[in-house]
Amino acid sequence: MPSFRLPSPLAPYTDGRTRVDVAADVETVGAALEELFTRHPALRLRVLDEQGALRPHVNVFVGAESIRFARGLDTPVVGASEIVILPAISGG
Amino acid sequence: MKGAFVFRADRRRRQWEMGGPYFPGQPVSALAYDGRSGKRLWAGPENPFYGPALRYSDNFGRTWSDPKGNPLAFPKDARASLKRIWQIQPGRTEEPKVLYCGVEPAALFQSRDGGSTWSLERGLWEHPHRPRWQPGGGGLCLHTILPHPKAANRLMIAVSSAGVYRTDDGGRTWRTSHSGVRAQFLPDPHPEFGQCVHKVARDATRPERLFLQNHWGLYRSEDDGQNWSDVANGVPSDFGFAMATHPRKASTAYIVPLESDQYRCTPQGRMRVFRTRNGGKAWRPLAKGLPQKDALETVLRDALATDTGDPAGVYVGTRSGKLFASRDDGDSWKLMRDGLPPVVCVKTATIGDEARRRA
Repeated sequence: MPSFRLPSPLAPYTDGRTRVDVAADVETVGAALEELFTRHPALRLRVLDEQGALRPHVNVFVGAESIRFARGLDTPVVGASEIVILPAISGG
Repeated sequence: MKGAFVFRADRRRRQWEMGGPYFPGQPVSALAYDGRSGKRLWAGPENPFYGPALRYSDNFGRTWSDPKGNPLAFPKDARASLKRIWQIQPGRTEEPKVLYCGVEPAALFQSRDGGSTWSLERGLWEHPHRPRWQPGGGGLCLHTILPHPKAANRLMIAVSSAGVYRTDDGGRTWRTSHSGVRAQFLPDPHPEFGQCVHKVARDATRPERLFLQNHWGLYRSEDDGQNWSDVANGVPSDFGFAMATHPRKASTAYIVPLESDQYRCTPQGRMRVFRTRNGGKAWRPLAKGLPQKDALETVLRDALATDTGDPAGVYVGTRSGKLFASRDDGDSWKLMRDGLPPVVCVKTATIGDEARRRA
């Protein structure tokens, strides 16, 4: 079962949690995020913009790999234990 | 540009107590106070990582919350995403649940439930001019929203660099409202649209009278923006950003001229606010208490504000992080605070017997 690890500035949008488990059967980062947003709807616009694109200064890693250099939101998460959301240094 | 601050004082406005920074590290380009059905501060902080968001506080900044309804965001079919909130404007007194937001990319949003739920104003978004609007130096921003105090369906907005647009039917249709305003930076100085309007302010006593600071050009309208006449009389430059009107006195407005669009500093190294008391027939420099040597200051479009005190307070914030205050209609000034981050937005609110202002 993969779990999300979130940076503390996003904790106000997840009832204070920085670790959230998602269902074992999700196949992609996008699907995992959708499940996360279903539980914490206010988090959506902090990670994605309203057109569904990952915000430019937010990075998502599956294991150690940034999804920007993989298949974006289609990056598979099968078998992964952790999806990490982190602010990018490009944002200042 | 690095947070919001709240300054509070009693009605004498001698001693100011500072709160903040709120949203430290986040540019806050828009602030508003809505006292119509509570005591609510609104802010539009722009988290560099997690994006812009509209937030409110019911305790003058101590804690901030997100509106619970449909957020301030573009719908899917608009194919745009919110970059910055440039203006938060409570609606008319008679409509205490109405609020507006002006954003970048240039669009107007409205809430009819006190700010919980927001929707894009489609009439303006689908205006045939919009695809051809060009951004100014600050981006393609809708930075000025002026509800008409008496006409319920009338609203004026300004966009850099598209111009002034007005609706008379509650937002269904919009037409340009900048006849007479020059676009000195275009081959045709009187285009149908493309004027780079920096700020518009409404007269205190007569709502049809407006003042406009353009990217080159100072104007007054006597017919709610249908026609504009040049009133750059006695100013060192008609370039500038900020503009504010007196809270009670007719035909009285304030500006801070800057040298030019190439050199956006107070002319001759002298920090001076200019005031007219006769609708722009003459502008008089106000310099008492302001630095008059080597003052290379820049004052941006929302960094000048008046309060409702008597005499009125006038406040001006600079890009160098200084905040100057006058409590005698602008006749004399004091440095209220130094060492702030660059000031982009100054708004005031009078609460009961207290006066407060924010940067």
